[in-house]
Amino acid sequence: MTESAKAPLLATRSLVKRFGSQVVLADVTLEVPRGRVLAIIGKSGTGKSVLLKCLAGVLVPDGGEVLFEGHPLGATAVDTAPGTETLAAFRRRCSYLFQGNALLDSLTAWENVALPLEQATLLPKTEIHARVREALRRLELETDATRYPSQMSGGMQKRLALARALVTRPEIVLFDEPTAGLDPLRRNAVFALIAHAQREFGFTAVVVTHDLPEALAACDHLALLDQGRIRFSGTPAEFSTTADPVVASFRDSPAALAKNIAALRAGAALSADLG
Amino acid sequence: MLSALGQSSLRIVSEAGDLARFTFRGFYSAVGSRRLGRRLARSVYEQGVRCLPVILIVGVFTGLVLGLQAYHTLNRFGSSGLLGPLVALTLIRELAPVLAALMLVGQAGSALTAEIGIQRNSEQIDALETMGIDPFGFLVAPRLLAALIVFPIMTAFFSLVGLIGGWLSACILLPLAGNVYWASIDNAVKAADVSECMVKAFVFGALTIALCCHNGFNAHRRTGATGARAVSASTTRAVVFSSIAVLAADYLITSLLV
Repeated sequence: MTESAKAPLLATRSLVKRFGSQVVLADVTLEVPRGRVLAIIGKSGTGKSVLLKCLAGVLVPDGGEVLFEGHPLGATAVDTAPGTETLAAFRRRCSYLFQGNALLDSLTAWENVALPLEQATLLPKTEIHARVREALRRLELETDATRYPSQMSGGMQKRLALARALVTRPEIVLFDEPTAGLDPLRRNAVFALIAHAQREFGFTAVVVTHDLPEALAACDHLALLDQGRIRFSGTPAEFSTTADPVVASFRDSPAALAKNIAALRAGAALSADLG
Repeated sequence: MLSALGQSSLRIVSEAGDLARFTFRGFYSAVGSRRLGRRLARSVYEQGVRCLPVILIVGVFTGLVLGLQAYHTLNRFGSSGLLGPLVALTLIRELAPVLAALMLVGQAGSALTAEIGIQRNSEQIDALETMGIDPFGFLVAPRLLAALIVFPIMTAFFSLVGLIGGWLSACILLPLAGNVYWASIDNAVKAADVSECMVKAFVFGALTIALCCHNGFNAHRRTGATGARAVSASTTRAVVFSSIAVLAADYLITSLLV
């Protein structure tokens, strides 16, 4: 087995990212297991999307490094310019689903999905046509192929972005809040689709999400980001049993909410009795 | 004060260098960019066809005013026969390239800065990068190449309708003979005048559209403004800087070629 095959597909080592004086990622060391679905969870504003963008090479870290098959992905802010061979190879094998979808609004649904195949591969037209049709069919967007993103609902745009992310049959897919703005049924459907597509194509996935129940059900591995560091990394079973207070507060927040509401209602009933 | 002056100078030099690099990368990325023709055609349509009405309207009114002013001025000296050359040389050597460029910046340049700025803000440019698509080849190259096609054509249209405007003013509304007007233009305008006009059109096209693309592309780097305000600030900046650049470049080219 070669060194690169033994190394984790994607990893970070002491990653640091600042915006001005604000330190968003303080020291993130993380490994993304090959062929698995890793969910990154954490409170809003803890830097989950920033971490994903550093993994994708969209943001240049201020310190530490991102490793793709054991090789540094690109530059840090202090050394050479980005655009290395490793980064180019990584981009050929990776897809990214943006939180805001990032669909090109001047292109139709069909053109958006076909774009990465037309621009970044040498596939013949017939193959591109077949792949785009298949991707749109899977995401139930076949009849909307000629519509522009602005003519679609938020859920349809999300599915279109997902179709574009999967059409290249990537080895790594980075999902930034894939279910943001979706109703519970669609949310479940998206997680089911990710799990199904992952099993079918065998890609490695990193999913940034707030939806803990869905993440626990659909992902093989979880990492909790807290105050710029990875507070927990393990399987859903380990997540459910760990005694770490930060993890526990995150994990038990629905139960805590139910308890608070029950206490509030009991208090209201007591007030009514006294009144 | 000296420190502030020095810092401003350094910033200007740095931005000029950044713009030069951006422009070079924009043109260079056209090499090997896939399906460039389709995007080039769209850019030519947006910069050219959509701007044609405003070019024609401004051109004809410029010619009309020029003809009117020149006729009355030359008539005082009994030289109204020179009206044709005066209108033609003023238009071809100066007004047509400058005014056409300013009109194109106002309409097409501002629109493309806003479009690229919104694409930057909504992460569409980041999305292109993650798909392994060079955003320079995809967004900048077709617009720069289109400018090299559109600006000379629009300048030629401006000159033509300007000459017709001058003729309307001097020969239809005022009593100058039409054959005198056209014959004197034919005698006065040389190939060098047309070359100067075209050189200016090429330079203004590359300069202004590069400035507009650069401002849109870097909308997220604007200090003191984010989101929609950053796009608006970038668009204003692109139009103002492009207008200044056209006039400054016009002086430089004229002083070199005259």
